[in-house]
Amino acid sequence: MKTDKKTRLVVIGNGMAGIRTIEELLKMSPDEFEITVFGAEPQPNYNRILLSPVLSGEMKFQDTVLNDWSWYKDHNITLHAGKLVTKIDRKNCVVEAEGGLAIPYDRLLIATGSNPIMLPIPGINLPGVLAYRSIDDVEKMLVAAKNSKRAVVIGGGLLGLEAANGLSLQGMEVSVVHLCDWPMERQLDQVGGGLLKNELEKRGLKFYLSRQTEAILGDDKVTGLRFKGGEEIPADLVIMAAGIRPNIALAKAANIHCERGIVVNDTMQTYDPKIYSVGECVQHRGQCYGLVAPLFEQAKVAANHLAEYGRMRYEGSAVSTKLKVTGIDLFSAGDFNPGPDDEELLLQDSARGVYKKLVLRDNKLRGAVMYGDTLDGPWYFQMMRDETDVSEMREHILFGQMHIGDSGRGGASNVANMPDSAEICGCNGVSKGTIVKTILDKKLFTLEEVRAHTKASSSCGSCTGLCEAILANTLGDYSAKPSKKALCACTEHAHHDVQEAITKLKLKTIPELMKALQWKTPDGCHVCRPALNYYLMAAWPGVYQDDSRSRFINERVHANIQKDGTYSVIPRIWGGVTSPAELRAIAEIAERHEVRTVHITGGQRIGLYGISKENLPKMWGELVEAGFVSGHAYGKALRTVKTCVGSEWCRFGTQDSTAMGIKIEKMTWGSWTPHKFKIAVSGCPRNCAEATIKDFGVVCVDSGYEIHVGGNGGIKVRVTDFLCKVATEAEVLEYCGAFMQLYRESAHYMDRTAPWIERVGLAYVKQHVVEDAAGRAALYARFFESQKYSQDDPWKERAEGKDAHEYKALATV
Amino acid sequence: MNWIQIGNLEDIPRQGSRVVQTNDGEIALFRSVDDKVFALNNKCPHKGGPLSQGIVHGTRVTCPLHNWVIDLETGNAVAPDVGCAHRHEVRVAHGVVFLEVKAGACKAAA
Repeated sequence: MKTDKKTRLVVIGNGMAGIRTIEELLKMSPDEFEITVFGAEPQPNYNRILLSPVLSGEMKFQDTVLNDWSWYKDHNITLHAGKLVTKIDRKNCVVEAEGGLAIPYDRLLIATGSNPIMLPIPGINLPGVLAYRSIDDVEKMLVAAKNSKRAVVIGGGLLGLEAANGLSLQGMEVSVVHLCDWPMERQLDQVGGGLLKNELEKRGLKFYLSRQTEAILGDDKVTGLRFKGGEEIPADLVIMAAGIRPNIALAKAANIHCERGIVVNDTMQTYDPKIYSVGECVQHRGQCYGLVAPLFEQAKVAANHLAEYGRMRYEGSAVSTKLKVTGIDLFSAGDFNPGPDDEELLLQDSARGVYKKLVLRDNKLRGAVMYGDTLDGPWYFQMMRDETDVSEMREHILFGQMHIGDSGRGGASNVANMPDSAEICGCNGVSKGTIVKTILDKKLFTLEEVRAHTKASSSCGSCTGLCEAILANTLGDYSAKPSKKALCACTEHAHHDVQEAITKLKLKTIPELMKALQWKTPDGCHVCRPALNYYLMAAWPGVYQDDSRSRFINERVHANIQKDGTYSVIPRIWGGVTSPAELRAIAEIAERHEVRTVHITGGQRIGLYGISKENLPKMWGELVEAGFVSGHAYGKALRTVKTCVGSEWCRFGTQDSTAMGIKIEKMTWGSWTPHKFKIAVSGCPRNCAEATIKDFGVVCVDSGYEIHVGGNGGIKVRVTDFLCKVATEAEVLEYCGAFMQLYRESAHYMDRTAPWIERVGLAYVKQHVVEDAAGRAALYARFFESQKYSQDDPWKERAEGKDAHEYKALATV
Repeated sequence: MNWIQIGNLEDIPRQGSRVVQTNDGEIALFRSVDDKVFALNNKCPHKGGPLSQGIVHGTRVTCPLHNWVIDLETGNAVAPDVGCAHRHEVRVAHGVVFLEVKAGACKAAA
């Protein structure tokens, strides 16, 4: 489309999916389209998800507008709001609308959304019968609420209950009529549905379950309802919320292939190559979606192809649901009705009003229903999408992620009932109220947007679950793409794709890799470059040339940057064992360089703080002379091996844990890993070296050595998993090397061992490190091959002049 | 105009940065992957982090302290963050880098 003439794009549908596509398109090709939008409603694009808060009086319509009139003007978009399209003339590529309008198109986007299902029963056209779909419906409902008393909602699904709750808050007596035995049967099982019904009944709603409406009664307006069997109830207002149906009338009339919805391929193209479609009117791989996140994914893909980038595919979405009724916490995802091959895990605490059900098949999560405490919903949802093997966490999975401890958020668990003043992000001091307000004001829909705008969850990440829960509570639904998450905004590829491509395509430099995988930016960003550098280094030891420009500053200059721009220096102290001579040397060097703080670290090392960058090489030279090497306290690398004094001194010691720790540290130091890696060796089960919160921990016992993996003591305290028991020191070393190598080869960059093991499952680690002796030996050998190239002391090299430009100013003027 | 000769283009690593000391503080010179050179105060508008130590990508640098991304062409933080690391005029002729230093420039922006 590189001619002077602009491409004429006509969009039918002025709702969230259609307009989001235009926004994505304008980001990519701001000047290449002449855009015309038809909207059936007389309003600009508004956030349909927020109709419920408007009905309940918590928000005003104005707050829900996503793109006001000026947005269309500013982007030269012709908007025909309130004009119905009457025909798509595919032969002549023209869209015809009311009032004789005929707009020609080069590309057409159909985003007609869905229509409420109006049951074909007598009385359906009576005044006082409304759907619940548009702002117009809501306004009519608000008027009716003022003038009449009794409302009946037909349909006890998500929409119906939100409508019922809203009308009840407007002061009406509300009854809900539902075909099934419990409300929201598509999202909840019978127990969860029962809890929900009880709660709503407490709030004044009345339920008529297992009832089929036969007729709406009344002569010139609604007076009541009659069920099959003859039972009648009075009503002044009837809301039809029996479901929605893709709005495909126009497409069908134009002979575009439709089934339940308009059928599209993975590029959101219909059977007519000039016509694309997104949103609720679409049927993709047999699936129709009614939630916002999938629509936005579709919008992104459609825009990409309209702009002729032709790079993305939509592969479907996994969705989860929340009910947007203030104070009710409910979550469901996946397939939660167990089949014959499935297992059910249940937790029910009636006094606390908590109910959880997880459905497992082949040790993987297939579905989840939660009521009352939904904080772990996103966690379960994530594992569902990752297809994590959960066999090792069965015992505690129902208690959620919280039971393993979380610092910085005060043990908070129930987002819905938290006050606005509650601090969510302890790192950046962001309260719940701020997050909710920003989500609404800035119209945010994703966790990434919440991070960018509020900074919550953007530092240590421990409040990510809370932020996701707040987002879900505020928006009403939360969903995400299937497991595959792009490495960063520079690419569509996930970590795993990149790792695989490196070995398969034998890619050996970052530029080669970016070219082969069609990176979108010329030289990546601060997120992807360090990851690529690590993956290449791990894949091609001795061959790959480390790219210092793709290293975070700490690893580039081999020291930790501090808040004032000075650095800290932490020499290696093998196994935490030192001597008066070593201490004296450190003391003298510290004094000579006027070190401002000397601090004992948690890993049994000595940290020297406040060193200016220019002074680093000189100080390192002195440390090297005194016999020290770099402690790598700055790297995603082996940090420390912490030990206790073991059998050499301790009256309880069973083995020489100190000597073993030193041996392990001599073997593993200098190795680069996906994230930092900590080891400890304790001489007896009293575990003074805290080996069970390390990435690799050894606990000595009388008969040998217990090996524990995957622990950490950071944001989320995670106790290690027991891997196995071995008899000899040589075995400990082999298992250690093999485990580290498995982690180095298969974890995603920036994953500690704990989340890595939670993702791949302990069974995977056991299989490679414990059960397969030949595989273990091969991993161990590859670890040694890689270590050949990583045990040159970086401090010594720099004291001798390597990378001198890193430490010196270019000029003084 | 007060153009000062700083050094050679080759002295600045590609996708990297070098610092020039001035009486008013440090100026960071950046060299992009395609050899464009930019100059900003060596001070992130967020918490004063040394931008020269960040990862340079495209025509942007990421601050090493809290990952703010600063546009090298304007000195502005990339949205939604707001702030500016004052930029300085810089040019390269025959592989030699010249910088225009205005008195008080760094102070004013800091």
